[in-house]
Amino acid sequence: MTLGPVTSSTDLTTPAEEEASTVTDGKKIEGRSLGRIAWTRLKRDKVALTGGGIIIFLILVAIFAPVLNKLFGHPVNEFHQDKIDPNLGGIPPIGTWGGISTDFLLGVQPVTGRDLFSQIIYGAQTSLLIALLATLLAVMIGIVVGITAGFFGGWIDSLFSRFMDLILAFPLILFAIALISVLPPTYWYRVTVIVLIIGGFSWPYIGRIVRGQTLSLREREFVEAARSIGAGNFRIIFRELLPNLAAPILVYSTLIIPTNILFEAALSFLGVGVPSPTPSWGRLLSDAVNYYEYDPMYMVVPGTAIFITVLAFNLFGDGLRDALDPKSNR
Amino acid sequence: MASSTQTERTATRPATDNLLEVSGLEKHFPITRGAFVRRKVGAVHAVDGVDFSIRAGETLGVVGESGCGKSTTGRLVTRLLEPTGGKITFEGRDITHLSTGAMRDLRRDVQMIFQDPYSSLNPRHTVGTIVGAPLRVQKIPTPQGIKRAVQDLLELVGLNPEHYNRYPHEFSGGQRQRIGIARALALRPKLIVCDEPVSALDVSIQAQVVNLLDDLQRELNLTYMFIAHDLSVVKHISDRVAVMYLGKIVEIADRDALYATPFHPYTLALLSAVPVPDPARRDRAQRERVLLTGDVPSPIDPPSGCRFRTRCWKAQDKCAQEVPPLRELASGHRVACHFPVEEAERTPQGRMAAQQAAAEIPPDNTAEPAL
Repeated sequence: MTLGPVTSSTDLTTPAEEEASTVTDGKKIEGRSLGRIAWTRLKRDKVALTGGGIIIFLILVAIFAPVLNKLFGHPVNEFHQDKIDPNLGGIPPIGTWGGISTDFLLGVQPVTGRDLFSQIIYGAQTSLLIALLATLLAVMIGIVVGITAGFFGGWIDSLFSRFMDLILAFPLILFAIALISVLPPTYWYRVTVIVLIIGGFSWPYIGRIVRGQTLSLREREFVEAARSIGAGNFRIIFRELLPNLAAPILVYSTLIIPTNILFEAALSFLGVGVPSPTPSWGRLLSDAVNYYEYDPMYMVVPGTAIFITVLAFNLFGDGLRDALDPKSNR
Repeated sequence: MASSTQTERTATRPATDNLLEVSGLEKHFPITRGAFVRRKVGAVHAVDGVDFSIRAGETLGVVGESGCGKSTTGRLVTRLLEPTGGKITFEGRDITHLSTGAMRDLRRDVQMIFQDPYSSLNPRHTVGTIVGAPLRVQKIPTPQGIKRAVQDLLELVGLNPEHYNRYPHEFSGGQRQRIGIARALALRPKLIVCDEPVSALDVSIQAQVVNLLDDLQRELNLTYMFIAHDLSVVKHISDRVAVMYLGKIVEIADRDALYATPFHPYTLALLSAVPVPDPARRDRAQRERVLLTGDVPSPIDPPSGCRFRTRCWKAQDKCAQEVPPLRELASGHRVACHFPVEEAERTPQGRMAAQQAAAEIPPDNTAEPAL
């Protein structure tokens, strides 16, 4: 029934399916990779592109903070007492909106009169540096543990999965406060410890995703096909599995960056972030709590900075997920 | 190319004519329970003592319902799965428990074509990478470069060699299956295990792919183990056919002998279930169809004696007590049944009687052996 004897073997050279791949006149046939398709899809997503644009803008601001500060701001720790209104107890800045003027683009700090613009752009440096380093660490640990657990399965999987559960159940904030407060408050020391803590506790999110994806990819026939041509585990993991894991890893890294930014801000807010002279958005916020009755703008400015950054990463991450569509990766 | 391989083949072929010999092959998948300490609570007897051999240059069709262990058998032969018991001999060499390293060389001779053309090609690789992978992994010397070699292979399976840089998702199911075939051919294997290579394809494309496999077999002197559940596809391509039921081979014979004179009741029922496209003959075929009641028993706890007895209309006490051995009833025609189908039962009247008897078996006797 499915095979008639009338089917001649000569139709093999010109299968009916051929029209699916018509040759465009003379042009070299180039395949469209899934990455290229995702990029065309992403280009149509205006919201994600806006998010991506803001992220690039923020990264440029952080990198060129010294230049920008020279052009538009004042040295970070320069006091401008003349900008503070002496009639109101020497607390709020002179003028409306927290002293915003052409000279001080985002106003000044109450009491000291320090330039908020310089605080914000150097704060971006701190935030992004810590968040990106922590994410990098988390992704690396997550990939290694996730693939190992998912690919080898059995007791290795049980062990690693329970370990991930353990870390996710850890009272992280308390641990961070306790650990950091007993360590010396020098800049690089603190940055390293904060990165290790944030990265060391957020990798299970990546690890779980990678493990789950590996578990499902491992059962796909192309893995068996690779084995049947004599490929070893090393080649299967790096050549067959990792390219398929790239999309979900990329998406979930973009989505844990904002969490890590918030976590850094929270630590600084609690007084266990980067040490004092280095500007940090979280510490600005915690400082602003003392003055919000006199100068609400002091709280609004760093709050907005955190809000925009986190929103931009989230929007971009969501757009990236839609574009790459890790759920239906055929 | 083809002729040089041929001379090489005849030179290396051992005294016996069989390319592949399998005896008592078993695969039991353990069922475990417990979160930390896993203990074995049972086993799925996926393949439970299978004997067959494949001669060089022939096609052995393997048919059976879903879950009868035919795919598992294919994966055991290609050593993608580790056999629990039995022996696999390829070209006179025992390959049952070869190490991964030693297997690498064997991979050149034994290749596999997979069922699902959508899942068997890595979506992140181009066709060139996929078809060239065997050459790279096995470090096969390609005098004119890997690209040239891959394009030759694409041409061999009827694909446009210009599509070298395309990705699998840009192809239709039939074209993808051709890519899979090209990959299997890259190492110039002697034996190809085809695991339901056309089941996932449109009927119109199935014929093209089967004919391609047929042509390639003639051209490259290939030996196929062709696993399928579609009896007409198997009839078209096979030289010999093995029928599997619940992890065992119940009947194995030359194609024509098996289709004309089935000896095992299961084979008779299976053959009578083949749909007939001709409406004039269809009604009669449907009337004479031997319909089996009930389900295939669980492979975790297969029935004692003959595994088919719970659904067999000829079953007697002996069937529950003794496992029927695979006996040769006619030349080259081996059957595992105590009470093989007789000539009278192959006539329309006989089939009607069998049909009635089969329908009367209560479906719930699959659970408890009737002794």
